[in-house]
Amino acid sequence: MKLIKKLLTVLAFVPLAAAAAGGATVHLDKAPVNLSDKASLQRGAKIFVNYCLSCHSASYMRYSRLQDIGLTEEQIKSNLLFAGDKVGETMTVAMNYKDAKAWFGAAPPDLSVVARSRDPDWLYTYLRSFYRDETRPTGWNNIVFDKVGMPHVLADLQGEQVARFKKEKDHEGTEHEVFERFELTKPGSVTLAQYDSMVGDLVNYLTWMAEPVKTKRMQLGLLVLAFLAVFFVIAYYLKKEFWKDVH
Amino acid sequence: MNALQKLLGWVDDRFPLTATWKAHLSEYYAPKNFNFWYFFGSLALLVLVLQIVTGIFLVMHYKPDASLNAAGVPVAFASVEYIMRDVDWGWLIRYLHSTGASAFFVVVYLHMFRGLIYGSYRKPRELIWIFGVIIYLALMAEAFMGYLLPWGQMSYWGAQVIINLFAAVPFIGNDLSLWIRGDFVVGDATLNRFFSFHVIAVPLVLLALVAAHLVALHEVGSNNPDGVEIKKKKDPQTGIPLDGIPFHPYYTVKDILGVVVFLIVFSAVVFFAPEMGGYFLEANNFIPADPLKTPPHIAPVWYFTPYYAILRAVPPLLGSQFPGVLLMGVAVMIFFALPWLDRSPVKSIRYRGPIFKWFLAAFVVSFIGLGWLGILPATPLYTWIARGLSVVYFAFFLLMPWYTKIDKTKPEPERVTG
Repeated sequence: MKLIKKLLTVLAFVPLAAAAAGGATVHLDKAPVNLSDKASLQRGAKIFVNYCLSCHSASYMRYSRLQDIGLTEEQIKSNLLFAGDKVGETMTVAMNYKDAKAWFGAAPPDLSVVARSRDPDWLYTYLRSFYRDETRPTGWNNIVFDKVGMPHVLADLQGEQVARFKKEKDHEGTEHEVFERFELTKPGSVTLAQYDSMVGDLVNYLTWMAEPVKTKRMQLGLLVLAFLAVFFVIAYYLKKEFWKDVH
Repeated sequence: MNALQKLLGWVDDRFPLTATWKAHLSEYYAPKNFNFWYFFGSLALLVLVLQIVTGIFLVMHYKPDASLNAAGVPVAFASVEYIMRDVDWGWLIRYLHSTGASAFFVVVYLHMFRGLIYGSYRKPRELIWIFGVIIYLALMAEAFMGYLLPWGQMSYWGAQVIINLFAAVPFIGNDLSLWIRGDFVVGDATLNRFFSFHVIAVPLVLLALVAAHLVALHEVGSNNPDGVEIKKKKDPQTGIPLDGIPFHPYYTVKDILGVVVFLIVFSAVVFFAPEMGGYFLEANNFIPADPLKTPPHIAPVWYFTPYYAILRAVPPLLGSQFPGVLLMGVAVMIFFALPWLDRSPVKSIRYRGPIFKWFLAAFVVSFIGLGWLGILPATPLYTWIARGLSVVYFAFFLLMPWYTKIDKTKPEPERVTG
């Protein structure tokens, strides 16, 4: 056993040494995810319904589930529902996915579980990294998602920015264009700090929507573990009692 | 005689209820010196039951249908999210099932390792071992086909890659992979047949094999950490092995303790980390299957990665991947030969010599190392490490007849040492 442990320790360093040789990726900012901040989740829900839901569906997510983040059925009906939708329905879009594919090149993906396939940090950085690029059909490009098909739908809030790149040589001497910073060319309706906070709320909401049961799951987990801890003590003494005559 | 005893007598006249209870539980004498490694057999049985029960409930709501719904999402993928959100306790049942799949391989790998260190595959337990290896094969098929069902990107492309391996078989390869898929690409036909195999065919085979595994075990009796036969020393009056204790109640109460500890670890994963950092549920599998978009990095689930690393380590021959596929198959099948490869006069690692211990340690390192490499993208450096570890993997088996024979063993004790 000792021998196995020793050899495994040696092996554990192999991937580390190799990982150091890997390529660079875009730096991601930390998303301010806090599933217990219901005010933030509610603000995020509002941004989601107003800005995202016109093209992206969340077809596994029922409006009524928003009661989990502290909204009443009345509030959902009067603030978040479009005319004609019912509170028990899922967040679908009127746009046909086949039309969407023809218009955008790719249908806007369903966002119900997007925070599980994409890291929340990625989403948070992505939504703040659109910049003007006239070579793109939409006039927009994105630092973390190059040649993205989606236009900057939050531009009236954030404003317009351009990206500045610098030239950098890698260890093989080849020159690359590396992103350096953004420059705001046209201010939006809110300050950049307010915009960051709004995107933070939106990503918080997306993270919650990807698994609405998460908070409940963890609370229940504590109960289950507490029960098992008690059961362990009982099982331990039961075993001890039965085994006292085995020598 | 009370009514209950009367009823039991009535049944016993028609069915060997009491006799079966005695033969397999209350009068099945197991060695008294089982240690930590002996928990994993009963735990494997527990996980099997868990998978069947949770599976039954999942099938009530899951839909094996690759067609797109009104929102443009495959029905199968959407039905899994429906279970996660709209079915009462569906999320728990689904997480128990997805975590259970990985837990099954954890306990089975530890159970097999127990067999390796204490020589449980040796005479007279060769058939128990063979049934066990077939169970392992069936389990791999079960896991592979179950993984397609959520119909996410990893489900789809993982299945595509593995089925394409069969295309590497000379002459019949293309027809063979077409026959498995039921279509030219992985599609609705594939999803439906995998569903059928996953919920009916393979579980039936598994249950039958587990029954055979246990019947064979109870016929010859359990091995133990000392690797000595307890049936050789019996009480002259009762005929009961001196070092044996009835399975029930001794090992039933002991296994309850093992079950509780297992459930603590298992629940910690289910409730706090069901994705297990992407090893149990991968991020890419939360994207619906898209036959037109290949993910940049396709890796199988962790329990297949040692074999996947061997597959990738073997260089193609005349442009054919067949040697890699063949070697991957041999890497699994070689477990069947183990009872006949081992020529040591002793069974347990406690009385084996240093050469066996070194080879076993190297084998464990190669298996875990290959598993680790199978998760990572193949770089030239990793491929060379994987080649080295593959050689170690096969050397453990192929050189076994030689090194177990020349190894310096210690004498086995007459009785178990506790």
